[in-house]
Amino acid sequence: MDVLPILSTLRRHKITALLVVLEIALTCAIVCNAVFLISQRLERMQMTSGIAEHELVQIQAFGIGKPDDARAHTQEDLAALRQIPGVKSVALVNEVPFTNSSWNSSIKLDPKQKLPTLNATQYFGEDLLSTFGAKLVAGRNFNPDEYLEFRQVQRDETLQKKVTGVIITRALGEKLWPGQSALGKPIYLGDDSVRVIGVVEGLIRPSLFNGDDTAQWSMVFPLRMDTGNASRYVLRTAPKDRERVLAAAAATLRKANPHRIIQDKKTLDDIRGEFFQDDRAMAGLLAGVCIALLVVTALGIVGLGSFWVAQRRRTIGVRRALGATRRNILHYFQTENFLLATIGIALGMVLAYGINLFLMLHYELPRLPAYYFPVGAVVLWLIGQAAVLGPAMRAAAVPPVVATRSV
Amino acid sequence: MFTYYLDLALRSLKRNKALTALMVLAIAVGIGASMTTLTVMHLLSGDPMPGRSATLFYPQVDPTDSPKPDSQPRDVMDYRSAVDLWSAHRADRQALIASTELKLRAPGVNLPPQMARVLTTTSDFFPMFSVPLRYGTAWTPADDEQRSRVAVISSDLNNRLFGGANSVGRTVRLKDSDVRIIGVLAPWRPSPQFYDVAGGRFSEGKTASFYAKPEEVFMPFSTAQDVAGSEFNVFTCWGSVEAMKHLQTAPCAWVALWVQLDDAAKVAGYRRFVADYAAQQKALGRFVHGDNTRMMDLMQWLDFNHVVPSDVRLQVVLAFAFLLICLCNTVGLLLAKFLRRSGEIGVRRALGASRGAVFAQCLVEAGTIGLLGGLGGWLLTLLGLWLVRRQPVEYADLAHLDAGMFLATFALAVLAALLAGLVPALRASRVTPGLQLKTL
Repeated sequence: MDVLPILSTLRRHKITALLVVLEIALTCAIVCNAVFLISQRLERMQMTSGIAEHELVQIQAFGIGKPDDARAHTQEDLAALRQIPGVKSVALVNEVPFTNSSWNSSIKLDPKQKLPTLNATQYFGEDLLSTFGAKLVAGRNFNPDEYLEFRQVQRDETLQKKVTGVIITRALGEKLWPGQSALGKPIYLGDDSVRVIGVVEGLIRPSLFNGDDTAQWSMVFPLRMDTGNASRYVLRTAPKDRERVLAAAAATLRKANPHRIIQDKKTLDDIRGEFFQDDRAMAGLLAGVCIALLVVTALGIVGLGSFWVAQRRRTIGVRRALGATRRNILHYFQTENFLLATIGIALGMVLAYGINLFLMLHYELPRLPAYYFPVGAVVLWLIGQAAVLGPAMRAAAVPPVVATRSV
Repeated sequence: MFTYYLDLALRSLKRNKALTALMVLAIAVGIGASMTTLTVMHLLSGDPMPGRSATLFYPQVDPTDSPKPDSQPRDVMDYRSAVDLWSAHRADRQALIASTELKLRAPGVNLPPQMARVLTTTSDFFPMFSVPLRYGTAWTPADDEQRSRVAVISSDLNNRLFGGANSVGRTVRLKDSDVRIIGVLAPWRPSPQFYDVAGGRFSEGKTASFYAKPEEVFMPFSTAQDVAGSEFNVFTCWGSVEAMKHLQTAPCAWVALWVQLDDAAKVAGYRRFVADYAAQQKALGRFVHGDNTRMMDLMQWLDFNHVVPSDVRLQVVLAFAFLLICLCNTVGLLLAKFLRRSGEIGVRRALGASRGAVFAQCLVEAGTIGLLGGLGGWLLTLLGLWLVRRQPVEYADLAHLDAGMFLATFALAVLAALLAGLVPALRASRVTPGLQLKTL
């Protein structure tokens, strides 16, 4: 196909051609970045937690009378919950992943350090690791006799020094001591140090307020919670039993104390779903915008294509009369569209890169992967070709006899 | 003349219905998306205390021992600093703010106990923030002084517990204490819930929670110290765990202070007062940072906390980019439409129509398309806002189109269409009569 005659025709329709180019360029730039944003959101929603999410349910219970008998109440509750058929493990914990409510502490590697090294979350609760299903990859879990009462530790300074160890995540160990084993190393909370006795593969923080890079910075301490200072019961069961166990757990807790408030009975899958609902909504919205943009652009190409065909009806007739085949005419319009799309895509890529730079600066987004450019180009070429097909076929259907008519 | 142009425009639009529909649809979709996001943005970024916000201030001091030299004051204050500043009564009005969640039960009401969101504050809160009361009254400074067991409840809670009846004089049990209801709020929905805003710069743009509904129970700050003990929502703590036994003396930030200062001299005076207080506390050895104080007004404080969620901003930008593409489309289609009528325009020009007249005609046609697009855009905006209301976000119930945004929808649509029509109309008015007549 000869390109030069097409170019000279386009030179006569500068504004219209420019509009098509501009529309394709803008669409290309926005769709590339929108798809990238969607992929970022989806990736975030896939974030690993390190726990047996599909087997866990959480139930919150508040307000159980005086603190002095909280310890006894807690033991009764836990014993009753363990009796529920299908329950593999129960823990009363201070915080649960994806609930946005967290206990955090600054830690230092050296007590003389002026500024803390970093901020990590603190998980407390007897049997927490086995209930959550976090996988131990080095060291050991806490022994039953290592647990201290959180209530007493909070009151008594000397007890604090008796905490025998801390279990941290692999990510936190790698951050604190890159390339070394974390086992046996001390970390300082305030003035007291505690040694790392175990490392788990992963245990996500309940809230990601310090950014997603710090998502796995978690510590677990051998401290026992009671109903006066913790409200979240976590139960582990088979995935199919979750709903039944939740209902039974709520009934059990209410029976043990009818005056307390039971709320947030949820599976961890639901809790996770709610945690990422903003991301899901935004991804959906962006996808909608992309589709709408592509449809509008395609319609624009159809509209202008039809106009051009109508305008050049006579020229087409003359060409047909002079021996051009239908295929020639069809190819003419297809090539024309391909040329315009190519210029638009080239311009759009530059624009997409610019928008990405802006987003990197203001939204801390990573760089647009290079493969977006060829994929985006192919998609827009295909859409352009699909859109122009109708008008081009209409053009090819123009009979040669049109050349002999005056209008 | 205008009606004649309008008649011409309508005839022309009727001639090619598919093309007209395409243009109207493009504008409608673009306007619908833009106005939906713009309405949400408008609702979220507005002034929650119109006319008053410039007199409301948020003093801050830095009670921490952070060795960072460039650290900012904490977003809220520790108990002692806040209470010291408040009890000096140096402002025209001042209110302490701390929030908590307490177990609530209403004796004689057949409902299970629930966790209620409680705002503990001082008597100036109600006049200072123009909080509307439906029944009863707010508490007095004397109640603050005497730690009276009184509370004001929200209209929502009153509906839920007492079916909306006048519940003044009834009792609710908060945690383990009985408090007497002395007032019931009329529906009150500030956007954002400005008096509670803090920590926005740590939320990475996820600030939708600032638009939650106001608390359900309001009670005197002093009373709450007895009723809630240490169970307050704490912003942050520093120092060791054993110091946390009593929140009132703990190294924790959990109390905010709002002051009303009616003129510039008072503002300057109060700034000096806060600075002097911090310097004095440093001299006493209680503060490390004696010069780290700050006082922003309400809008500055909201701005500092980036209250408008970043997703909402991104949506506005996206919607307008979308509108731009829709306009590109419309420009192309209008150009096609007008130039297709070159013959007709040639005849009109030959018969004496001036360039200006042809230009005006074309613009009237573009404007008509804009108006139709505006109508579609308005319907799509209503649909968009309905979708926003179904989202599980705190500001969902706020998403309604007000009169201003309704008019803005049509103004934006017509303006967009006129802009899109500008180049095509200019081209059309340049059609040379002779050349066109020859081809006829």
